[in-house]
Formats: sequence, structure tokens, C-alpha cells
Amino acid sequence: MPIKVVTAGIMTTIQDLGRPGYYHLGIPMGGAMDRLALRAANLLVGNDEGAAGLEAVFVGPELEFTEDSVVAVCGAELPPRIDGEEQPTWTALDVREGQVLSFGFLRFGARAYIAISGGINTPPALGSRSTYPIGSLGGVDGRAVRPDDILPLGQASGGAKPGTSVPVALRRLPGSDAELRVLPGLYWHRITEDSQNRFFDDTWKVANEADRMGYRFRGGQQLEFVPRKQPYSAGSNPSNITDACYPYGSIQVPNGAEPIVLHRDAVSGGGYFMLGTVISADMDLIGQLQPNTSTRFVKVDMDTALAARTIRAGILDEIRQSTA
Amino acid sequence: MSRFTFGGDEHIFVEVDEAMSLEAFFTSLSMTNALRAARIDGVTEICPANASFQIKFDPDIIHPDALMDRLRLLEAEAERAEAKLDTRIIEVPVFYRDPWTHETLMRFRERHQDPDGTDLEFAARINGYETVDTFIAAHSESPWFVSMVGFVSGLPFLYQMVDRSRQIQVPKYLRPRTDTPKQTVGYGGSFSCIYSVRGAGGYQMFGITPMTIYDPRQIVPYLRDFVVFFRPGDIVKWCPIEREQYDQMIGDVQAGRFEPRVRDVVFSLDDFNSDPDGTNAKLMEALNAD
Repeated sequence: MPIKVVTAGIMTTIQDLGRPGYYHLGIPMGGAMDRLALRAANLLVGNDEGAAGLEAVFVGPELEFTEDSVVAVCGAELPPRIDGEEQPTWTALDVREGQVLSFGFLRFGARAYIAISGGINTPPALGSRSTYPIGSLGGVDGRAVRPDDILPLGQASGGAKPGTSVPVALRRLPGSDAELRVLPGLYWHRITEDSQNRFFDDTWKVANEADRMGYRFRGGQQLEFVPRKQPYSAGSNPSNITDACYPYGSIQVPNGAEPIVLHRDAVSGGGYFMLGTVISADMDLIGQLQPNTSTRFVKVDMDTALAARTIRAGILDEIRQSTA
Repeated sequence: MSRFTFGGDEHIFVEVDEAMSLEAFFTSLSMTNALRAARIDGVTEICPANASFQIKFDPDIIHPDALMDRLRLLEAEAERAEAKLDTRIIEVPVFYRDPWTHETLMRFRERHQDPDGTDLEFAARINGYETVDTFIAAHSESPWFVSMVGFVSGLPFLYQMVDRSRQIQVPKYLRPRTDTPKQTVGYGGSFSCIYSVRGAGGYQMFGITPMTIYDPRQIVPYLRDFVVFFRPGDIVKWCPIEREQYDQMIGDVQAGRFEPRVRDVVFSLDDFNSDPDGTNAKLMEALNAD
């Protein structure tokens, strides 16, 4: 039995863990920007961790249930309400047939993940239900959800334990002054040593141009380039390179002015130099940054990046145990 | 020597050359082919680009340094490999000077280097062609390599298979447009492209193809196997068409009758370097046979 979308919020999309394997053809992996939060929400309602849920940005949708279900909202502090009554986040919640799930005002973070027992069962595209609007893949007819959409649900496992919560210590969110760890590399050598240092010393702010494709930052100083004769086909601006692939999390700085960190719906390549890459352990955090959040980039080495990855995996294991 | 660098803890980026060339593209393509054949545990994505490539890997399965060492060995193998490619040549019909890209380029004229002309007039002039017609002939008479597929959904970048001195060079728009018609044939730097979907873009607009190259619903018969038409290493020959043929082909595409002309060919970089025009002529024979 499906759920009915009454209102859709600003940008609410169906997301699972994405469709890796097609980046070489310009189709990004997509999937939840905050993967840990989606996994946690799914675990709470007894789903596979990779089941499709809803990713709501800043404003939650209103959803009408046509059967008894269990829901959980993880990630941003976007308080759920059932028939108007506020409920805790990061907690498995009973919803009865005919009840409406809505949301209060956003308190912290940017993206809330709404998992529903059984998972959303729209038709997968290239192995995933994740919405990729540019390529019209996944979601509802390749787009974000709209009022009056009917979202089919899969068969619930029956494994949900309403009332179960993820312990507060395991709810991973960025600080109000955010830090993102970066491994320098790629075209790092293109900027001067002064600029290399300034990039990490400066405090940046999340710009309004911040979405699933990438997050733009402003407020730091202009980067200076090491002079060179531009290579054939690279374009005349010193920030240009011969068009190349862009790693997920890579930081490009067009014209040396405003860094852009590419995220799950990244363009797969282009002609701007990149100075390094946000480490995998911190990619989830980017999805929770609101515009205007103060952000520092912190320089790390590979050993630190791998250690951070292990710690993040440990948090996920603890979430699994706490919801089992 | 290629330059190897990490893109965080999940990517390795390999720059074969800072500058674009067919040699750099071939090295990138043969290294990525060798890498795919090596089936290394933990490698999850292999993405060739123009003069570089990128791989994504799972560092829980293979340590970044171990993978880097494997890649350096592959480079030595790729250097010994013969620069030969089993590929296909595809005829892509192009309606140059079409009304849809014309409407779009007029709408964004203030973002262009030459607000009083069209993109084609500008490109013809700065490349030393007296008329748009001779420029279109130069764009369409020699074949092009698909040197990268990406940016967004199945968008091919194409590199002209002529001596560098004859290659067309056009800067991108001063400021990118917010709109480009689907299937626009564009140009930026030394690359042509086909916009696979409608959207933002900074390349000059020369024309439009009726041929669907990306079909997320997989209704078009020749895209039923996969949503994206182009692959790196494909060879493309533009075929100029006029309005009447364009309308006919659009009708054929919609009716599921359109089949692009595609022939299998073997391309040898050495043959091409010793005789570019002769090699291209043979490719044309293969395309137009039967």
C-alpha cells in the first residue's frame, strides 16, 4: 500500500545508496548525500541499509499513510510530527493507517532522511532508485517528488522495533563551525605555496549554490597560480586544464576564486584544476551544511584519511548494534 | 611519463600529458583497457578522459599505495602495447545553422565574444575561413575521435583527426549559458561535443543532430541495451543535412525507425601518424561500404 505526497517540501528526492559503475559515461553514483544517516534510518525501520528513502532538504514533506508503517528520520534535526504531534529524530516511530507525517522547522543540518518500513519501491534505473534529475533517472519519472505523487512501498521485514533510537553519540553531524578534511593532490602544484597555505588558513562560508552536484564556498582569499604557458587545448585561464575527470569530493576553484566541492551528483569531468579532495569519511558531513556555515578545510595525509574512514565504519557498526 | 596522484582516499588520477594529443588519448585509453582486463580487486570505476584518466577504488579492499604500484606497472605495459584500436565509426547527421540553436544563441548574445554575429560566423572568422560554408566543410569533412564521455549523461567530447595546425580552435562563451537545446553540436577549445540533455553550457553552438544519444527510458531501439550511445574510442563522421532531412529523421527517430550508420573498424595510430589523410580516407570507405 502506497503513501501519498500531500506537500513536497523544497526539494525532496528518492535516494538509496546510488548507482556506481557509470561515471565513465557521465552518470554519477548519486544516492544519499549523507549515507550514514540513510543507513541509520533504514536500520531503525528494519530495512536493508540500502533501501530507498526520501532525502528532504531544509523543509520536510507531508506524507499520508495508507497502511500501518514504521518510519525514522535521521540526519538533520528536522523534527517529525505525526498528526501534528512532535516526535524524536533518529528513532523508529509507529505511523497508523490514515495518519500524516509532517515536519517542524529545521533546527540543525540540511538534509533529513526519511525511511519507511518496506522502503520506497519505485522502479529502479541502472540498479538504483536514486533520483538524478539531470539525466531523468530514478525517482518518480526521473524527478523530485511532487504533491499528489503516490509512492509505492516494498514488503516490510517486520524487524522494526518502534521506540528504538540511535544513541546521541552516534549521530554524526558537522559542528556549527564545520571542518572538512582534505587530502591535497590532483593539480595542487598549480597554485603557489602562499595560496596553498592560505586555502587551509582561511575561513570559508557555504554559498547559496550548494546542492547535490556540489557545494560552493566563498569568503577566502583569491588563489594565485604558478605561472606557465597554458598547454594545448587547456584554455587560456590559469585555472583551466585539458578537460579531465573529476573525483567525488574534489575541490575545483574556477578562476582561483570560489572553491566548489563536487558531491554525489557530480559532473564527471571538465576543464578546471582541482587542488585536492575531501576525504571519504567527511563526505556525509557536506550534505548537512547549510548556506553561510563557517567552514575550514583541514589538510591531512593518506594515513589520517584511512584512519578516519575506519572510525566512520566503526560508528556504522555501533549503529547496527544499537538498532539490532 | 604520466603523473600519478591521489584524489582523496578513493581515487587515483593519472595525467598522461598536460596537453591534448591523439598520443596522450591513446595512452590513456590503452592503460584503462589494460586496467579493466587486469580485474584488480577493489577497483570499482575506470574513467578514461582526453589526456588523463581516473579510477575509483575501495581502500578497504586494496591499499592506495598498493594500487598505485600496480598502476605504474601497467604504464610500462601500455607503452609496449601497439597503439591499435578495434572500434566503430558512426555517421552523425548535423543540421548546421538550425533555428533552435540560433534562437538560443541570440537569447544569450550578451555572454558572447561577438554579440553582433552568430557562433558559426565567429568560429569561421577566428579560424581563418572566409565563409561559414567553408568552415562547416572543415568541421564535417574529417573524422573525430570520441576522447571522453562525461560531464553529464553520456555527453561525448570529440577531437578532430587532423594535424594540429588544421584543428579548429574556438574559445568557450565568456559566461556560460543557462540553456542549450538537447543534441546541440557544440565547440569549445579544441573539442566538439554533443549535448546529450538540455541544460547549461559554455560551448559555441554550431547545429543540432536529430539522433538521440541518451535515452533514460530506453525506448529508442538502438539504445535498448544501454541508455548511453557513445563510448570513448568511437570515431564520428559528421554528415551535414538540411531541414527537410532533419524533419524526416526526427520522424524516423520518434517512430523507432532511425538506425545510425555504424561500421566496425580497426584504427592504428602509427598508420594515422604516417598518413593522416590516407587513413581517414580508408575510414570513410569503411563507413560508406555497402
